Amino acid sequence: MEITIKIFRYNPEKDKRGHHEVYKVEGNENDRVLDILENIKGNHDGALSFRRSCAHGVCGSCGMRINGRNHLACKTLVRDIGAEITVEPLLGLKIVKDLIVDMDPFFENYKEMMPYFINDSPLPENGRERLQSPEDRARFDDTTKCILCACCTTSCPSYWANGNYYGPAAIVAAHRFIFDSRDEAASERLQILAETDGTARCHTAYNCTEACPREIQITKAIGEVKLAQVTGTLK
Amino acid sequence: MTKTHQFDVVVVGAGGAGLMAGLYASRTAKTAVISKLYPTRSHTGAAQGGISAALGNYEEDKPEWHTYDTVKGSDYLGDQDAIEFMCEEAVDAVLELEHMGLPFDRTPEGKISQRPFGGHTNNVTGKPVRRAAHAADRTGHMILQTLYQQCLKNKVNFFDEYQVLDFIMVNGKAAGIVAVELSTGELHIIHAKAVIFATGGHGRIFEVTSNAYAYTGDGAAILLRHGIPLEDMEFFQFHPTGIYKLGILITEGVRGEGGVLINGKGERFMPKYAPSVKDLASRDVVSRAIYTEIKEGRGVDGKNFVYLDIRPETVNKFAADDGRTNVDGSKYNLTAEQVLAKLPDIIDFCRVYLGVDPVTQMMPIQPTAHYTMGGIPTNKFGEVVIDDKNTPLPGLYAAGECACVSVHGGNRLGTNSLLDLVVFGKHAGLKAAEYANQSEFETLPNEAELSTKTQLETLKNGSGKENVFKLSNELKKVMFADVGIYRNEKDMQAALEKVRELKERFKDITVGDTGKIFNTELLNAWELGNMLEIAEVVAASALNRKESRGGHSREDYPERDDKNWLKHTLIWNKNGNLEIGYKPVMITKHQPKARVY
Repeated sequence: MEITIKIFRYNPEKDKRGHHEVYKVEGNENDRVLDILENIKGNHDGALSFRRSCAHGVCGSCGMRINGRNHLACKTLVRDIGAEITVEPLLGLKIVKDLIVDMDPFFENYKEMMPYFINDSPLPENGRERLQSPEDRARFDDTTKCILCACCTTSCPSYWANGNYYGPAAIVAAHRFIFDSRDEAASERLQILAETDGTARCHTAYNCTEACPREIQITKAIGEVKLAQVTGTLK
Repeated sequence: MTKTHQFDVVVVGAGGAGLMAGLYASRTAKTAVISKLYPTRSHTGAAQGGISAALGNYEEDKPEWHTYDTVKGSDYLGDQDAIEFMCEEAVDAVLELEHMGLPFDRTPEGKISQRPFGGHTNNVTGKPVRRAAHAADRTGHMILQTLYQQCLKNKVNFFDEYQVLDFIMVNGKAAGIVAVELSTGELHIIHAKAVIFATGGHGRIFEVTSNAYAYTGDGAAILLRHGIPLEDMEFFQFHPTGIYKLGILITEGVRGEGGVLINGKGERFMPKYAPSVKDLASRDVVSRAIYTEIKEGRGVDGKNFVYLDIRPETVNKFAADDGRTNVDGSKYNLTAEQVLAKLPDIIDFCRVYLGVDPVTQMMPIQPTAHYTMGGIPTNKFGEVVIDDKNTPLPGLYAAGECACVSVHGGNRLGTNSLLDLVVFGKHAGLKAAEYANQSEFETLPNEAELSTKTQLETLKNGSGKENVFKLSNELKKVMFADVGIYRNEKDMQAALEKVRELKERFKDITVGDTGKIFNTELLNAWELGNMLEIAEVVAASALNRKESRGGHSREDYPERDDKNWLKHTLIWNKNGNLEIGYKPVMITKHQPKARVY
């Protein structure tokens, strides 16, 4: 089948502003959007630039806007979206070249969350694992799935409106530790998120949840963090 | 303008091995970690089923059993001192990950949960043992995230999206690396006392692979150019269960949870090939069994695939036949809910890429190029050793998939890759920092980046008669077809000639993108150069080894030949000519014997 794909192009070393280019290529319904981009890069225009690595939805490199919605190019198939495709860079982050955006602000927000395990209590005397019940483990399972692709944060209208907002992905990272029964720094993280640029900027638009290629219930996770802020408990 | 930085230790690669090395080296030495990807994009994140350690959280297990299973899995080519070391360290390594916060699944008592995996056995009964510590089917993802998070906590210096292009050696010692910053195209020299390569494998030289685009053998190819040999490059693992055509990995954990392989006639075929552990035989054995079924006309609909079946009714039927029970002796009874909870990611892959729901349908699978057993020769401290006497090259280290310790020998056991990168990443980091703290910086040569510049200019100035994408596809096709699961003299000779032809044609490529910012076209071309050089040594090493062992299966030499071939291959590229040598296998307790599962 013939696939028509319209791609946002911007080369900072040549172009004053971005534009779209249309390519018509042969493909089939099982093609990933990433396969089509590779085909164009390989056979039509080697300069086309985008990030990719794992090609099956676990590394988070190829987040982009596909037919207006954020998704991973490696996890979006022609059979899901049809043969008329528009591909553009994620919104809300500076465009560096073609489909590549500057991810630094995104990762800076992540790093603000103290996104690492904190427990300064002594280890079990026998040197073995800290025990955790299957129920306590399940409490934060959903948010351990995050691959930091930025699809959620860059689909959030509050983030578009105010780039200082930490954004959904950062809150997901905080949630993963706040609700881990072994971690001891929940209150610090809740404090960080209680500031102006924290959870208060979430207006439950649900865009994040819809954009997540890992199907994390992000709005729910943010709600749980908000509830913990209000009640002071982690139930 | 080339910018120069100075660090005691530089780690190249930020997957599990690189992060572990960075974490440990940075405790005592000024350390930088550079990677062509953002660290969390690394391929460690794609590992699914688990990391092995004889924790014995469900049933009796011992490091000695883990050692024996690994030696046997390696088809006796693994070095037993290194294997003993890794399996002894395994228990503390996995506990350390838990202490770093890794969210392992839990037993009812709250301990780390473990599952059966291929080749993991109770050495007394011969029955499968639960040794693979897991976090659902995204154990690698959790290891990568946890180690990166610990690096952030410990303020490790990262150079994200910097592609290594060269290694700097002065007076026979490591002196640093040259890299390009992708976002600017500027070259950087990182002047260092110790260099650790942790650049991963080279599975992208094969057409059907589970490996990431990034897996182009960069570190191994760079060192090969500097006269350092590579070890056991003929040994590459084909994982039995990749998604048909796409190669995406379906974890062995599926079979660990009771899944079985079914041929086109609807028969479970593994009992024919491995009567004792059946579907949980080691990977080389299962891949060959699948290939044999297909070759003898029992693929599905005459095509190159068979089915993997995790539907609860199938699992429970065969579990009853096999006498499999729960730990407490009760009847093994898998439910659809448990399948969804234990294997969520592979269910998702099947739904997305195949439109198949594994809870109610069988998954079409075929073997997929998966893991590089060979690589940069090291000892168990991660020191790169450059000859048959294991002489270290001062200041140079390697760990993880790019390295060959050798703990995997002819065939790696499932879950030992994650263990390898945690254990040897740590020791390479410790050893490199120790070395750096006792050493002075070598003086850099003038224009240490000169040969890098020349390499890049060459890529830009070819005639343009040839196309990188096309050459790359031709390479992958011939390697998968002729240097794949089954091999023979004639096909491998043809493959080697084809690779050499492609190397010649590669001189006629040109890079159309003349810019500096994210010139991914230039880097893809440079990576293809690495793949061609690596593919050549893989094919030449495979052609040279006239026996069948582990993942190296020759139709013309079907038996293992311990008399002539119980030895490691070393291969050098000397001014374009390949030279092959050998070094002995370290055998401690386990004398080679027939390998039966």
